[in-house]
Amino acid sequence: MDLILPDLGLLFWTGIVFCCLLFLLAKFAWKPILNAVNAREQKISEALELAVKTQAEMKALKAENDQILKEARAERDSILKEAKDAANHMIEDAKTKSKVEAQKIVDAARLNINSEKAAAIAEIKTHVATLAIEIAEKVVRGELASDEKQKALAEKLAGDIQMN
Amino acid sequence: MQHLSKLSFFMRKVAVLLAFMGMSGFSFANEEKEFNVSEMIMHHIKDAHEWHLFGSEHGGTSIYLPIILMDQGLKTFSSKHFYHGETVEVPSKDQGASLHYMKGVGPAAGYALYHEEIYKLNASGELHFDGEHPHNAQPMDFSITKNVMSLLMGAFLILIVMFSVAKFYRKNGAVAPKGIAKFLEPIIVMVRDDIAKANIDEHKYEKYVPYLLTIFFFIWFNNMLGLIPFLPGGANLTGNITVTLFLAVCTLLVTLFSGNKNYWGHIFWMPGVPVPMKFFMMPIEIIGIFTKPFALMIRLFANITAGHIIVLALISIIFVNKNPGWAGLSVPMALFISILEVLVAFLQGFLFAMLSALFIGAAVEEAHH
Repeated sequence: MDLILPDLGLLFWTGIVFCCLLFLLAKFAWKPILNAVNAREQKISEALELAVKTQAEMKALKAENDQILKEARAERDSILKEAKDAANHMIEDAKTKSKVEAQKIVDAARLNINSEKAAAIAEIKTHVATLAIEIAEKVVRGELASDEKQKALAEKLAGDIQMN
Repeated sequence: MQHLSKLSFFMRKVAVLLAFMGMSGFSFANEEKEFNVSEMIMHHIKDAHEWHLFGSEHGGTSIYLPIILMDQGLKTFSSKHFYHGETVEVPSKDQGASLHYMKGVGPAAGYALYHEEIYKLNASGELHFDGEHPHNAQPMDFSITKNVMSLLMGAFLILIVMFSVAKFYRKNGAVAPKGIAKFLEPIIVMVRDDIAKANIDEHKYEKYVPYLLTIFFFIWFNNMLGLIPFLPGGANLTGNITVTLFLAVCTLLVTLFSGNKNYWGHIFWMPGVPVPMKFFMMPIEIIGIFTKPFALMIRLFANITAGHIIVLALISIIFVNKNPGWAGLSVPMALFISILEVLVAFLQGFLFAMLSALFIGAAVEEAHH
């Protein structure tokens, strides 16, 4: 029977010991332990969050990098194309210009040659005329040196006319 | 090869068993007193004023614990003055049986110890029995009994363990735990999350975590100490009705002082039922306030005491049959029960804290419609 009857002395000591235990543990054990555990849990969850955020940031950064690279590549291509175009254009221009210039030179040369030729021909003509007159004069002088000759000539001329 | 060695091991076991059986007649031959199982078991599960270490009950080696009495002033002396006092034999009402009590000597003069209870001697210097129980007056007994000693050692052990855990965190800050902290942190977190947070409102649970942790570790550590059959353990502290009564009353008080309007409303004027039912429910709910901690008290007391009784009864098989060969049966069974009791030790602490949290949770719950 006394197994299920409470005992005053033990109740007294249990009360004292349990209350002391509760106070000491709450103040010097549970508080620092739970604080540390909570702080660590906080730290871990923060670190996890940060990791996720960093990953997203990395992803965005990579996408941005890719975009920039793509743009740079496109720009390079366009610059190259422009340069090529410009070069072609310049070459084309130079070709055209040089052709025109050459044509001009050729034209000018031709003009010069023609005028020189004309002048030369005119001069030759003048010389030939003078020469012919001189020769004719000499011939005439020779022919007309005696009367017989003058007479023969006149006759011949008259013959030519008659024949006509 | 392996089968052979197994077989030889088994043979050796059988040989040892047979040798024990052969010895039986020799070792138990001079036992004169009849072995009383229930008396031995009751003696072990009840409180005592000495801590028996080894040897026979009288004349063996014991630690005599201090006796503290409040009887017209404070009186303190060693329990040695009872155990080494004068043994008085009184004839019992039962035919042939007799009752024994121990009269104190020296500073214990005037008092007697009967079944670990202290009585004052009457004018004729003896105990006056009416049936099994003496009718003498009892002084207030605040002695450091075996259970009080065990209580102090248990509390000291919890303090040492928990302070070393706390020291680890104080020294290292919020890092991954190592050593004893690594072992105990999951249990502390379990009490916080699965016991407190799971049963008490999320915004209010933190206040109750230290109480629930203390209750849980107090019960668990003392249960485990009770399973050790020699000095640091061996007392049946958590299987003592006084201790479980105190713990249950603590939970009752915490529940009552935490109770909000909603809680008391559900007790005295149950919402959502017809008015005649409200009158009918009121006494049931009032009784319910007390039956809940009462169940806590009985559950812990009965579980732990039953565990001690089973182990002692199984060991008693050897002594009842007066043959050490029975150890082959009794020791494995006692070992099995002891291992089960290790589980029960944890489980009862968990249940007590869990149900306390449940009652507190019901007391602080806000009305929800």
